[in-house]
Amino acid sequence: MPDPTPGAPARVDPRGPRFAAVLTTLVLLVVLITGSGVLLAAQAVVFALGAALGLRWSPYGWLYRRLVRPRLGPPRELEDERPPRFAQTVGLVFAVVGATGYLAGAAWLGIAATAAALAAAFLNAAFDYCLGCEVYLLAVRGRARLGHG
Amino acid sequence: MSDPTGLIVAAVVLVLATAFGLVRARRDGRLRRGGRGDALRLSSGDLGEALGERATLVQFSTAMCATCPGTRRLLAGVAAGAPGVRHVEIDAETRLDLVRRVEVMRTPTVLVLDRAGRLVRRASGPPTRADILAALDLATAD
Repeated sequence: MPDPTPGAPARVDPRGPRFAAVLTTLVLLVVLITGSGVLLAAQAVVFALGAALGLRWSPYGWLYRRLVRPRLGPPRELEDERPPRFAQTVGLVFAVVGATGYLAGAAWLGIAATAAALAAAFLNAAFDYCLGCEVYLLAVRGRARLGHG
Repeated sequence: MSDPTGLIVAAVVLVLATAFGLVRARRDGRLRRGGRGDALRLSSGDLGEALGERATLVQFSTAMCATCPGTRRLLAGVAAGAPGVRHVEIDAETRLDLVRRVEVMRTPTVLVLDRAGRLVRRASGPPTRADILAALDLATAD
């Protein structure tokens, strides 16, 4: 867990995570339609790289910087990297559960987990709504309640 | 790919997510009345900072909140241009007591308090400048 009040948190072009969400949405759609556990496992690796190293170093972030950003102007403002990075961690959990389901023959688990991840990625891509970030405070509240109980 | 289940699930998810996204985009950041009565009243002791002389804009934030910095800039700017109005930002994670009492479900949540710390309006999600100014008019009307 990163320190919430560090000197200078990494700041990123907010259009990068949005672009990544679009690609993630497309990949998850293909996973659902084909039932490919291998493709979902590959998406899990992409999530893991984004969560561990930051979105700039995930394959989608690299594509954004190489192919998309040069065609756009500079960003109007930069945003804190931590919220989208936290969301990548949430995505990773769903992708790992889903890939395990597909590859272990429990297709229902693969479908359920992929559907949840798709909903989050699509909301991010289409509405700029970060479901993983919204869930964060509820998770903290729930954890504190368990701690007290 | 003979089994159409995945395709059907994908279609249902996209339809539901679109509906959710549209409803939420309409409600997001709208300033509403307090909810369960207007019993909520916060003191400077609750906030850990002094109340504004005329009104206080309380913002609940977390580090993981993408829209909190934009709301911080908006509220700080409004407070700087309005004498007697203070902007107080609260880290939701370290003040879970206040989060429960105020029933904060997400960040940013913004409270507009009058000079006595009584809740006048609240918004969950980033509010607009026009809505904040209108709520401040209400809060400072005596």
